[in-house]
Amino acid sequence: MSATESMDSVFIDVAIAEPAASDADLAKKLEEVCPVNIFRATDSGTEIVRGQLDECVLCELCVEAAPAGSVTIIKKYEQ
Amino acid sequence: MSILLDKDTTFIVQGITGREAINLTRECLDYGSKIVGGVTPGRKGREVHGVPVFDTVAQAVANHGAAIDGSVVTVPPGFTKDAVIEAIANGIKLLVIVTERIPRGDVAEMVEFADMHGARIIGPNCLGLIVPGVCKMGGIGGPAKDAAKSYEPGVVGVMSRSGGMTTEISSSLTAAGLGVSTAVSIGGDAIIGSTYAELMPYFEADEQTRAIVIYTEPGGRMEAQLAEWKTENNSRLPIVAFMAGKFMDDEEMQGMSFGHAGTIVEGKEDSANEKIKRLEEAGIRVVERIDEIPDVVKKRIEG
Amino acid sequence: MRFYEYEARKIVELAGIPVTKYGFCQTADEARKVAEDIGGPTVIKSQVLTGGRMKAGGVQFADTPEEAAEHAANILELEINGLKPVGVLVDPKAEIKQEYYAGVVWDGTAKKPLMLFSDMGGIDIEQVAEEHPDHVGRGHISNLLPVGDFEAKQVIAATGVTGSQLNRATPVLAKLARLFRDNDMLLAEINPLAELTDGSFVALDAHMEMEDEAVGRQKKLLRRELRIAEEDTRDSYEPSQFEKNVKAIDAADHRGVIQGKDHGFKGNLGLVIGAGGGSLTLTDAVRSQGGKPANYSEIGGNPSVAKACGLAKEVLQKDGVEKIAVMMSIVSNTRVDIVARGVIKACLDLDKDPAETIAIFRIPGAWEDEGSKILDHYGVEYCDRTVSLWDAAGRAVAKIQGFSA
Repeated sequence: MSATESMDSVFIDVAIAEPAASDADLAKKLEEVCPVNIFRATDSGTEIVRGQLDECVLCELCVEAAPAGSVTIIKKYEQ
Repeated sequence: MSILLDKDTTFIVQGITGREAINLTRECLDYGSKIVGGVTPGRKGREVHGVPVFDTVAQAVANHGAAIDGSVVTVPPGFTKDAVIEAIANGIKLLVIVTERIPRGDVAEMVEFADMHGARIIGPNCLGLIVPGVCKMGGIGGPAKDAAKSYEPGVVGVMSRSGGMTTEISSSLTAAGLGVSTAVSIGGDAIIGSTYAELMPYFEADEQTRAIVIYTEPGGRMEAQLAEWKTENNSRLPIVAFMAGKFMDDEEMQGMSFGHAGTIVEGKEDSANEKIKRLEEAGIRVVERIDEIPDVVKKRIEG
Repeated sequence: MRFYEYEARKIVELAGIPVTKYGFCQTADEARKVAEDIGGPTVIKSQVLTGGRMKAGGVQFADTPEEAAEHAANILELEINGLKPVGVLVDPKAEIKQEYYAGVVWDGTAKKPLMLFSDMGGIDIEQVAEEHPDHVGRGHISNLLPVGDFEAKQVIAATGVTGSQLNRATPVLAKLARLFRDNDMLLAEINPLAELTDGSFVALDAHMEMEDEAVGRQKKLLRRELRIAEEDTRDSYEPSQFEKNVKAIDAADHRGVIQGKDHGFKGNLGLVIGAGGGSLTLTDAVRSQGGKPANYSEIGGNPSVAKACGLAKEVLQKDGVEKIAVMMSIVSNTRVDIVARGVIKACLDLDKDPAETIAIFRIPGAWEDEGSKILDHYGVEYCDRTVSLWDAAGRAVAKIQGFSA
């Protein structure tokens, strides 16, 4: 199961592949590095705050913080 | 050559873990600037784009193992004064203050403290300065590949109260083949660290600079100060000015304050037209449109 | 932030400067009581945020408490320059021997506060400075070092004042200078500072203005001592709903800055513009080319998508706005793609077609490639830096006037 959640965003979507999505430690890291609060850390892994997705600044600090390839940023305007 | 900055200038970013600072740190590094550390109290041990973060300026200096030349300050307005004084107290001589909405009293204190310690402040409420193709301090010009479009090395020194207009003007000079020696976004507040006249001696001493372009607005005495300086110092540099905000002279707009904290229309003496007259009397040519600037500059350099 | 005279008097009193036994009254009855307490002739002064009170009949003299009540009743209903008073000040009529001026202002060139003093008080200080310069003393104070009494003394002595007057005026000016710094004032004036027949000095009138940026850190003075409510901002004119809304959106989020003004603007072209200098230049350019802006605005710093969207929505919802022009000078730290997201979202949220509604999008600079991808996707024409500010404004005007650009 991957944590791609976004019915509220217009421009940006974020996908986290397993097992990274359920990694509680990674969740804490993602919550810390994102400057616009897209990620919320829970005991069962990362929760994506849908209302914040359109604020993504494409800094890719989340991509850097996670194991290679497990976090993907999706630009809906390129589809 | 350039003013204030060169390829060897080292600096820190204070408030480096903030949203805007993370952005400009990346941009400056990509542009070739030497950022040797960042300071956000409580975040020692973190890294921003490979730059080590410290709790104090002193730790950053110790880590660098030598004096650090400058700091780009993005700390929120309630804490900026403290951060700037900390930097100066630890030997930093060039401060670029990006933060806006700092109370005027705090700005005046920082400027006086800088004066006492031989430090120079650019800003606040500014985008910093850039030496095209070499380095920059602050968000001016944006990401490296965008900055390259607007800023080519050349002969014109640019000073502007508006960050955006620094780049707009520089872009027109670059497109015309004149290029920019150093561009400085001096900040939009009523009290700033460095006015046009205060930066002129640096440009005057820079062999590469052969003309000056300023962007200006109604309000304040900075243009009168520049006109006086030019006359008293017999400057070799032709100066061309563009003034925006002429619509504020209209009756229905009187009494309103527009934009930059320093731009408040208070009576006829500070109006756009009065100011234009004063500049022209000092031999400073004032143009109507930005796109006229390059031609006027060319003529002034050749003529 | 501006203050009523009665508030300015209180500020001055809190700083340790002598004031009269004045009373702030909101009814004729209160005025009568204060006049009784004072027990002598009184002056009744309208408390209103405008000048010209004397000329408009907003300052009256009374010999008895009855008269004081009568004057108060009249003045409380008297509109001056379109403003009704919030109350009246009842002052003992002073036995004045001489009037002085004491003031502190910012000197932007010296970057320090400047103390001013004159022994020709009661009239316009600018006039005195021009016509009788040796009757005006000036001196800067440090921003960092405590204000020494001697600094005030020097300024006063320069006007020729000496003797006991010098010794009485000195602490007044010194305290005024300290309160100027402590309370983040832009202007602090006592005019007249009166020397009474008994030799004492009192502030007969005071005028204060505090810097808006500092209001947040002056809560003790504003909320506790003066009891001024947070919503009471004392703008020089009543902000429109548009202006209030934009201000609220700006205040809710610290990322970037937006401003919107529409006082004096009546048009069909909404302007979503920036940055500060760019906004001024673009507004000039639109008007010079025959356009009718519906508003002025400024986008500055690096706003969030929500903030950019909020501004665009407010502009779009203004009466008479048919299209918006989204234009900025080349941006370094404002992101083109973030603003693009914001203005497009505004159109979508209001069920408008971005391609139809956005007459022009001219923002070159940071992240412009990303921005143009977004605009492309929604069919909005993107203009880069090869289109000058002047031409961008011209195209927007042409578009809205129905000609092809």
